[in-house]
Amino acid sequence: MQGLLAQGISVRYGARSVLAGLDLPLLRPGEVTVLAGPNAAGKSTLLRAIAQLQPHGGKVLLDGRDLAHVPMRDRARLVGFMPQSLPAGSSLVALESVIAALRAGETLGARQADAAAMAVLDKLGIGSLALEPLSALSGGQRQMVSLAQAIVRDPRLLLLDEPTSALDLARQVRLLSELRRLAGEGRIVVAVLHDLALAAQWADRIVLIHSGHTHAEGAPEQVLTPRLLAEVYGVEARVERCSRGRIMVLIDGEHAPA
Amino acid sequence: MSDATLQLYHRQGRRNALLVGVLGLAALAALLLDLVTGPAGLPLADTLRALAGGEVGRGTQVIVWEVRLPVACMALLVGAALALAGAEMQTVLENPLAEPFTLGVSSSAALGAAVAIVLGLTLPGLPAVWSVSGNAFLFALGALGLLQILGRIRGGGPEVLILFGVALNFTAAALLSLLQFVASADALQQLVFWTMGSLASAQWPGVMLIGVVLAVSVPFSFRAAWKLTALRLGEDQAKSFGVDVAGLRRWTLLRVSLLAASAVSMVGVIGFVGLAGPHIARMLVGENHRVFLPASILTGALVMSLASTLSKTLVPGVLLPVGLVTSLIGLPIFFALILRGRRR
Ligand SMILES: Nc1ncnc2c1ncn2[C@@H]1O[C@H](COP(=O)(O)OP(=O)(O)OP(=O)(O)O)[C@@H](O)[C@H]1O
Ligand SMILES: [Mg+2]
Repeated sequence: MQGLLAQGISVRYGARSVLAGLDLPLLRPGEVTVLAGPNAAGKSTLLRAIAQLQPHGGKVLLDGRDLAHVPMRDRARLVGFMPQSLPAGSSLVALESVIAALRAGETLGARQADAAAMAVLDKLGIGSLALEPLSALSGGQRQMVSLAQAIVRDPRLLLLDEPTSALDLARQVRLLSELRRLAGEGRIVVAVLHDLALAAQWADRIVLIHSGHTHAEGAPEQVLTPRLLAEVYGVEARVERCSRGRIMVLIDGEHAPA
Repeated sequence: MSDATLQLYHRQGRRNALLVGVLGLAALAALLLDLVTGPAGLPLADTLRALAGGEVGRGTQVIVWEVRLPVACMALLVGAALALAGAEMQTVLENPLAEPFTLGVSSSAALGAAVAIVLGLTLPGLPAVWSVSGNAFLFALGALGLLQILGRIRGGGPEVLILFGVALNFTAAALLSLLQFVASADALQQLVFWTMGSLASAQWPGVMLIGVVLAVSVPFSFRAAWKLTALRLGEDQAKSFGVDVAGLRRWTLLRVSLLAASAVSMVGVIGFVGLAGPHIARMLVGENHRVFLPASILTGALVMSLASTLSKTLVPGVLLPVGLVTSLIGLPIFFALILRGRRR
């Protein structure tokens, strides 16, 4: 069975249950899936559980293999993970950090690793940042470098936690079209996004997570409905269909001009 | 464009390797300087001839080979061990203030020494000259064992380990004060000297021991260099790169605690080197552990060797405790480096 299957995922922090048996539909290679939902719904927790960074109950199967039982090194080759927040302190230069992403887990020649890391930075359009210390980068630049760290091992499954949160308009498009391209080559891409307009434009499938459960899932036009948005976010939203089938989510706030 | 960047990156790599080489040469020069200074006032030529194995008087022979050389080598090795321990601790505990003191290793060793000096309690069968060091080593290992057990119970995260270490530190310090309180004037004198760190009693077997511990642990440190580098990007990142972070942390702490325990048990409590050695190295070559670890080792060795020379020459005719010298001389240099780094 090809794809990612996460079933019955449960995570507790102490006595508090954050995810209680969450199921995701089968996510197929070639698809970009967006996880959306309110703050503290459990999206990051779910992503970390799938990446095996977090003790959890339930099963995560990638192409039929239970990820929990895949040795760490092999898992690093299969799964790329981009965290929601990045430590700011390191004086490593961007290129070194991407080389570390390659060489920490396996024995790879220096020449090969250096060239591969540089190629990824170039592909993401941040080659000029290669020799900048991470601590001297802007938030968005650091986010792009973090993406480079996640994709440099050429993983089958990509898990990205709010990858566009610090990016400007052009870089959002750059990152998302890169994700589309990576999915097009047969990878499974899962990204947490808060921006529903971006999600509607770029996702094949949206999964709405609400207080630790999968509240709804499906194609963007099935999920982004006033009823579901009201249930999950507790807001009255209008959903407009624009040209070329695009979807806009609008909220008429109290202070919005009439 | 990307080729040019890579070339620049490799050039920086070569520059860092060169810096490490320079540090090595400087450490060697400091060793030589340490060897040719001393209260005996030997002529330089005689000292050098004795070192080269040439014909010299019996007295000169003994002073150079049995007094100065073991002391100078001890200084070099202790500095290297403490700085390596500090560098790795700072990384795996994700805390720039971590050093052998942080985990209570040093103060436990001091407590062990005090038990031997004040109470005369020691391991049966250990020769008397080794009783102090032996006890210190034992206590340091005990502290380390306790820490590993406690850490395992609570999952071994860095905060938990540091808190346990601090608690251990205070406990050992309190017990040490208690022993000082009941100690005779003679024992107290000896104890104070020991807690200030002293190279005076360095002998070949001790030098050999710490040399062996270093030789065994350094290859493991270097092999873990990329894993340690990855840990600088955060625990989740390192894990997702395929690093077994919990295992790396446990194994590294075991290694560096051994290093610290053997260093402290030989020469007493020596501050500053374990903290500042890595910081100076980081300012020089950055955080890629492939160069950062060797640079830390050599910086520690250099600083300690210079301190050893200064402890003999600072006050003519008086041999100062070397731990005092590292703190008094090292700190202003360290401050200057920090301030300079800020402005840059
Ligand atoms: N380390 C932790 N210890 C205790 N509780 C935690 C921890 N991490 C997360 N939580 C709790 O788990 C719940 C889910 O958090 P999570 O980070 O998964 O939310 P999220 O959906 O990613 O939110 P956001 O959109 O704000 O990023 C929250 O209530 C949070 O308080
Ligand atoms: Mg989150």
